[in-house]
Amino acid sequence: MLHIPCPFCGPRDESEFAHGGPARQQRPDDLSPLDDAAWVDHLTVPPNPVGPVREKWWHVRGCGQWVTIERDTLTHDILEETGE
Amino acid sequence: MSGGEFRLPSGGRIDRSRPLRFSFGGRQYQGYEGDTLASALLANGVRLTARSFKYHRPRGIMGAGYEEPSSFVELAGEDESGNQAITTVRLRDGLRASPVNCWPSPGLDLMAANQLFARMLPAAFYYKTFMWPDWHLFEPHIRRAAGLAAAPQAERRNTRYETRHWHCDVLVAGAGPAGLMAALVAARSGARVLLADEGLEAGGSLLGRKVTVDGRPALDWVAAATAELDGMDNVTRLRDATVWAYREGNLLLVTERSPDAPHVFQRTWRVRAGRVVIATGAIERAMVFADNDRPGMMLASAVQTYVNRYAVRPGRRAVIFTNNTGAYAAAADMLAAGIDIAAIVDSRLQVEDDARALVPGVEILAGHVVQRSHGGRRVTGVTVQPKAGGTPRRLRCDLVCMSGGWSPTVHLFSQSRGRLRYEESVAAFVPAEPAQPAACAGAAEGRFELAAALTDGAEKGRLAAAAMGFRAQAAAVPQTKDAPRYAIEPLWHVEQHKPTAKSFVDVQNDVTLNDIHLAMREGFGAVEHVKRYTTAGMGIDQGKTGNINIIGAIAGKEGVPLEEVGTTTFRSPYVPIEFGALAGARRESVVLPYRHTPMTAWHIEAGAVMYEAGARWRRPGYYPRAGESFQETVNREARTVRTGAAVYDGSPLGKFEIKGRDALRLIEMLYTNAFSSLKTGMGRYGLMLSDDGLVLDDGVTFKLGDGHYLMSTSTGNADEVNRHMTQFCQVERPEWDVHITPVTAAWSNATVCGPRAREVMEALGTDIDLSPDAFPFMAIREGTVAGMQARLCRVSFTGELSFEINVRSRDAAALWRRVLEVGAPFGLIPIGSEANHVLRVEKGFLSLGHEVDATVDPYDLGIGWAMSKKKPDYIGKRAVEIRRKRGGPRRELVGLLIDEPERLVTEGAPITPGGRKEASEGFVSACVWSVVHNRSVALALLKDGRARMGQKAHIRMKDEVVTALITRPCFHDPDGNFLRS
Ligand SMILES: [Zn+2]
Repeated sequence: MLHIPCPFCGPRDESEFAHGGPARQQRPDDLSPLDDAAWVDHLTVPPNPVGPVREKWWHVRGCGQWVTIERDTLTHDILEETGE
Repeated sequence: MSGGEFRLPSGGRIDRSRPLRFSFGGRQYQGYEGDTLASALLANGVRLTARSFKYHRPRGIMGAGYEEPSSFVELAGEDESGNQAITTVRLRDGLRASPVNCWPSPGLDLMAANQLFARMLPAAFYYKTFMWPDWHLFEPHIRRAAGLAAAPQAERRNTRYETRHWHCDVLVAGAGPAGLMAALVAARSGARVLLADEGLEAGGSLLGRKVTVDGRPALDWVAAATAELDGMDNVTRLRDATVWAYREGNLLLVTERSPDAPHVFQRTWRVRAGRVVIATGAIERAMVFADNDRPGMMLASAVQTYVNRYAVRPGRRAVIFTNNTGAYAAAADMLAAGIDIAAIVDSRLQVEDDARALVPGVEILAGHVVQRSHGGRRVTGVTVQPKAGGTPRRLRCDLVCMSGGWSPTVHLFSQSRGRLRYEESVAAFVPAEPAQPAACAGAAEGRFELAAALTDGAEKGRLAAAAMGFRAQAAAVPQTKDAPRYAIEPLWHVEQHKPTAKSFVDVQNDVTLNDIHLAMREGFGAVEHVKRYTTAGMGIDQGKTGNINIIGAIAGKEGVPLEEVGTTTFRSPYVPIEFGALAGARRESVVLPYRHTPMTAWHIEAGAVMYEAGARWRRPGYYPRAGESFQETVNREARTVRTGAAVYDGSPLGKFEIKGRDALRLIEMLYTNAFSSLKTGMGRYGLMLSDDGLVLDDGVTFKLGDGHYLMSTSTGNADEVNRHMTQFCQVERPEWDVHITPVTAAWSNATVCGPRAREVMEALGTDIDLSPDAFPFMAIREGTVAGMQARLCRVSFTGELSFEINVRSRDAAALWRRVLEVGAPFGLIPIGSEANHVLRVEKGFLSLGHEVDATVDPYDLGIGWAMSKKKPDYIGKRAVEIRRKRGGPRRELVGLLIDEPERLVTEGAPITPGGRKEASEGFVSACVWSVVHNRSVALALLKDGRARMGQKAHIRMKDEVVTALITRPCFHDPDGNFLRS
């Protein structure tokens, strides 16, 4: 079980969190410059690397904040706490 | 009766003043407090204790602990359980055990006929034999013939499992010599230490050996060490507790089998450790030669343990087969216990003088191997031969002690993803590089000699404490003398004297050397493939005594070093763990607690049939009266809403307050339709999509003031919508000034509905003007109702005039009782979710989980009008556009009138073209008895449904096809005159 550093609560068990997928570019305010394929890609092709990935976790059974961590998907090591 | 004819007259760590009666396979025996089931059976001369898994060969006890690969038992009575290693079952008075895998007994095993077909059961015989026509035809028979224990039938008396969360600076796994030293050094520095050991008694390997520490019996030193540890406040010591998993984040799982609390059956500790010292010792390996599995063939260290710890002679005359020096001390202890040693067969050409000196007068056959064993239900002798070839010679014996050398117990280290390397000098895989803050110590590190283990333990304890910021003093390591030095020349298997011999590499799974070679010939060269194909190394013991022999066999055949073959992945649990111990107290409603409204107690008392409905809410399904059928009750409740007045508990409906300068901006993003024109005090239906353009939820949102909204969601979807909203706010638009507060539990409601609802409201007494002009449909008003502060909403989920009276949850029960009281003269009754379902289907209102199933978009549901054309963007807009551009048939919401009006069909029933056995073109999402039409009505999602109005749909039921007329999905008041009244 991961030990996830919440910037507000400190390190907490993974069971307090819900996984929120990889961190991605913010949704643009205006989608019109994007063609359909680009938007479909945005929705359906999340980054899924073997190795470090920046990802979102929701501290749903804690402070309720969404936090970002960098996790190595191969080793489960949490490499850095990026906060938010 | 004594403790058995093979019990030594004195010695051992058993309490002879406390005899215990027990039964095994229906026969009565006696043992002593301190015995295991295995030691007590050996003391009574019981040698045949099991039948093997596949061939039903006779088997005995091979080990003395969790490494046991051969004998497993089922326990009956208060500790009923299956598949326990016979060596790990502590004897108690009245214990009732029976062997697994044999019927009716190991002596008379009717299933041993399998042996006759042994040639038909090669490696992977399951895969090869039972592919056609259907595995399920064979499975029950195979399970009975070759299965393990049956699952326990009765529930145990004490099933209290408990979980404890724990944090410590240093976790020490194992209280043998290295672990005790590590714990002492770390604890003396002030570090918080957790020491867990799988035995009831500390001491590890010292319990089974006769050695001295600081000139006194080793167990005196163990007693002093544990006394010191037990006296320290910063030390927690667990007995009979195995560390069985090493997870990421330095989380380790420890299960205590006999916690110091009589009401708790087992306790699992979830330990976050700063540092971990793995002092789990080493496991002796079996020797691989023909018929190396008969009863009476044991690990040398196990025999040594039975002699020293349990005062039992497992045989009268032994042959010892070794490839290392470790077996000589065992032989010496056996001699001292009066066991004859026919010979020590040592596969090494050179035997050290100090090893020979331990066993004066015993014949040592250096450079020899045991070629095969003889006997039936127990071993009667062996044939030995020079390793290089030569004249075979037969030796008579009733006990064969095998020592294939030692394997460090690296399971935890390896589970933590630590890397192993093959160390030639000890012919074993040893820890190389840790992946987490852990270190192995003592035999687990490959330091098999006692002095080295103590020194290593002290050092690893010091380093662990230092890493946590404690200054540990260099400790004086007690003096010991180990003779002889550990030396080994690996012998992974003896060359078979004939090709059909059975040389077992995995006794538990009946996997032979030939099976390994066959798997390799068939192309399964990698060790992980060999394991899966042959099942070698699987099962209860997980190949603790045999895995390295499998690796050796592969390496030998391929002609590569063992390092190159590598090990299979070590997985948790290290020992079998009960499901109860995993779950702890997290059972049933503790895992997912029920949610109750303030009225739940009233509903139950009123005799409501309670359902779990959406998000674990316990809700009244219906309130039956005496003599009423289910349908009669539901009809009565639904009809009352259409004709009179009723009330239901609407508290579980999801509610959120949304506040902030950007609150409207957020709502415009979340909903497909426009909210900018909404006036304070009014609400609007809103449709919410996920970003992939599918319907996520719908509900009504009221404007309470500028920058202040009250949103309602489906009951079952409130948590998901909360996630959806907070994710958008915090991840996508953190700069927006908007806050979301879930208020579902803060406000509870009683919803009064029906044509006479307004009269009931007036009778309740309110300062809110209830006239349709002052308080129109979809409005919200604040004021008092029945003297309570309330938010009153005019929404309708039934299609009738409705007032949703929201009050503070602490007032809700009083409000509910008041509504029933003043409503009585109007014929008001409470209704449950069944009637609500009927009413919403009659109206064609959507329901999450019925029509909204995460595959439909707004157009499919006929509510494309809710997709704003004016708003530049909202969540899901683009995806719906892209999908619609692609075209193609979609499943659309329609109504169905079944041709037989009395007929109700199962919700979820498939609709197929012409009712033929083809891929479905839709399904019935809801079907109820309409109280308005006095017939059944249904909703369905149907391919191109809207274009097929007036045509027939064919519903495939289990035994027949039911036809229905396709209609628009609304059966009552399509213009909504009643709900607006
Ligand atoms: Zn937090």
